[in-house]
Amino acid sequence: MHRGGAPRIRFERRLEQPRWLSIASPFILVAAALAVGAALLALVGAAPLVVYGRMAEIAFGSAYGWSDTTIKATPLILAGLGVSIAFKMRLWNIGAEGQLFIGAWCATGVALFLMPKDTPQALMLLAMGLAGFIGGAFWGFIPGVLKAKLNINEIITTLMLTYVAFQWNNFFVYGPWSQRGFGLTEQFPKSAWMPRFTDFGKIFPAFQGMTAHFGILLAVILAVFLWFVWRRSKWGFGVKIIGDNPRAARYAGINLTRNIIVVMMLSGGLAGIAGMVEVSGVVHRLQERFSPGYGYTAIIIAWLAKLNPLAIILVSYLFGGLLVGGDAIQPAGIAGMLQGVILFVVVGGESMLQYRIRVER
Amino acid sequence: MDLSFFVVLLAAGIRYGTGTLFATIGEIFAERAGVLNVGIEGMMLMGAVTAYGAAYYTGNPWLGLLVALIVGGVMALLHAFVTITLRADQVVSGLALTLLGAGLSAVIGAPLVEVRDAPQLPAFPIPGLAQIPILGPIFFDHNVIVYIGLLAAPIAWWYIYRTRPGMELRAIGEYPAAADVLGIAVIRQRYLYVIFGGMLAGLGGAALSLAITPLWVEGMTAGQGWIALGLVIFASWNPLRAALGAYLFGAIGRLPLDLQNLPLFLANPQLGYFARMLPYLFVILLMIISARGNMRRRIGAPAALGQPYVREERGA
Repeated sequence: MHRGGAPRIRFERRLEQPRWLSIASPFILVAAALAVGAALLALVGAAPLVVYGRMAEIAFGSAYGWSDTTIKATPLILAGLGVSIAFKMRLWNIGAEGQLFIGAWCATGVALFLMPKDTPQALMLLAMGLAGFIGGAFWGFIPGVLKAKLNINEIITTLMLTYVAFQWNNFFVYGPWSQRGFGLTEQFPKSAWMPRFTDFGKIFPAFQGMTAHFGILLAVILAVFLWFVWRRSKWGFGVKIIGDNPRAARYAGINLTRNIIVVMMLSGGLAGIAGMVEVSGVVHRLQERFSPGYGYTAIIIAWLAKLNPLAIILVSYLFGGLLVGGDAIQPAGIAGMLQGVILFVVVGGESMLQYRIRVER
Repeated sequence: MDLSFFVVLLAAGIRYGTGTLFATIGEIFAERAGVLNVGIEGMMLMGAVTAYGAAYYTGNPWLGLLVALIVGGVMALLHAFVTITLRADQVVSGLALTLLGAGLSAVIGAPLVEVRDAPQLPAFPIPGLAQIPILGPIFFDHNVIVYIGLLAAPIAWWYIYRTRPGMELRAIGEYPAAADVLGIAVIRQRYLYVIFGGMLAGLGGAALSLAITPLWVEGMTAGQGWIALGLVIFASWNPLRAALGAYLFGAIGRLPLDLQNLPLFLANPQLGYFARMLPYLFVILLMIISARGNMRRRIGAPAALGQPYVREERGA
């Protein structure tokens, strides 16, 4: 089409991806992301290799590092699974952070006010988990209904509701549930604490000092369960079809309206469980800002894992490590910046690998 | 509540909504060209922090404004390359842009958080007009950046609806293949409008940090970039309606400050948290209203919004 003039660079879609490329691409992309991140770090005046080395050592260099990383990975896996459900149907639930807060709020209400303090631990945790799920699901239900009935853009509603959730949470931790006007509630009774590995230090000495909690087991179980749902169930197959081709799904007799609402509720519900697990397993109370943006990081994780539940576990550990390592270095915000870089490079790079670059004359 | 309360509220609304307005108009241009950019929040934050930093280190707030324009444009260029040339998913790329901007602005801005005395853009009551009762304080007693915003909306409207390039812009968002046949350089124009949209988002951020809430704190946009995204839909991609929405949002965003002096709120300070939900609930309400209205009037998004244009393949 192009005649004469200067040579022009064209991107041409590869008809099929060579096998070596599909195996190598995740590694190429992560390496590229780290390189871009290093350049940015150097630009803001940090020594990239020192920063990376220090972060890796803090996060993965010792058993305690692994324990801390597990603590961060737990809510990330749960929230990541949550958003991945919505993404599978190409519903952009980016309000997991708000759903997480509402889930934590509901779980806190159950732990502090609904159940007596001497409730058996198992029952208490079950009730809190259920409350967290319901709270998050309700926060997903609102944008779900608006999307299904009025076709209102869920990107905007889920995010707006996140800001509403912050203020809702603030009202309670500074108001009716506040401990002396600070931005936190009183501590949960012991029965509402998620068991930690260190609690079993007497029986298994290796667990001593490991503050990671059993939420990780729940997260992994749910991930495996979701993997089976996508692989084996009719419902999971239906959701995938809606995501790939809504028109075909409608012809196949799949109820779009109901599925949009259900998927948004499940998506929010898992984020709500992430919030419950965090207050029950780590902070043991509700606070003004108990999440360093798990709900946002979950979006990156779900995408990088290509919505594969098992890959979400892996990627969550990577980002958990990033958070643990990032906490320990200055300036703060490096972890957040690297997250953005990684997502950007992977999103752009992934499409780039689908193309051949040709120079036309 | 008397008249002066409303005058103060409307004036504050116009002032406070200016940053959002720039971002909204910018996004209208990008979306009119067929490219959704949900990275406004990140571009605004980067614009805010670089403008504040540049103003502080050089002593010249106008230079800060210029830097914000460039930074916003460069970030949008990234998005343009990833979505237009590489044809990656526009939503995901925009999300990455927001997360990148939020993180990077926090890193760059760390030394600026303590700074309170960076030079600001000047306030400029328009002589004569500012003294008119009621209209004067609402429209003519503001910071210069506010006037720029007041002018930007009608100019953008005129450009989109009354000029030839504006008509071409609408064409590439509605039916890029047809525009291509007419000899319009679809890809190049999309690049230009996405970059222009990013520049306006950067300008919106700079308006915040240099004039409206003159300081830098991490995450200071507090969702205004996302609100802009909602306002675009409420505005049906029309800059004049966008101004209406942005200024309304500004007034409601200001409301918590005014409400806290009312007796009811003085007695129950915790009600302030509910007042602070209002802007966000307001946007959801706007979305519901415009969803019903758009259904009735059959006004929708540009038809090719979100779809990459590939000449060889059958276009939208």
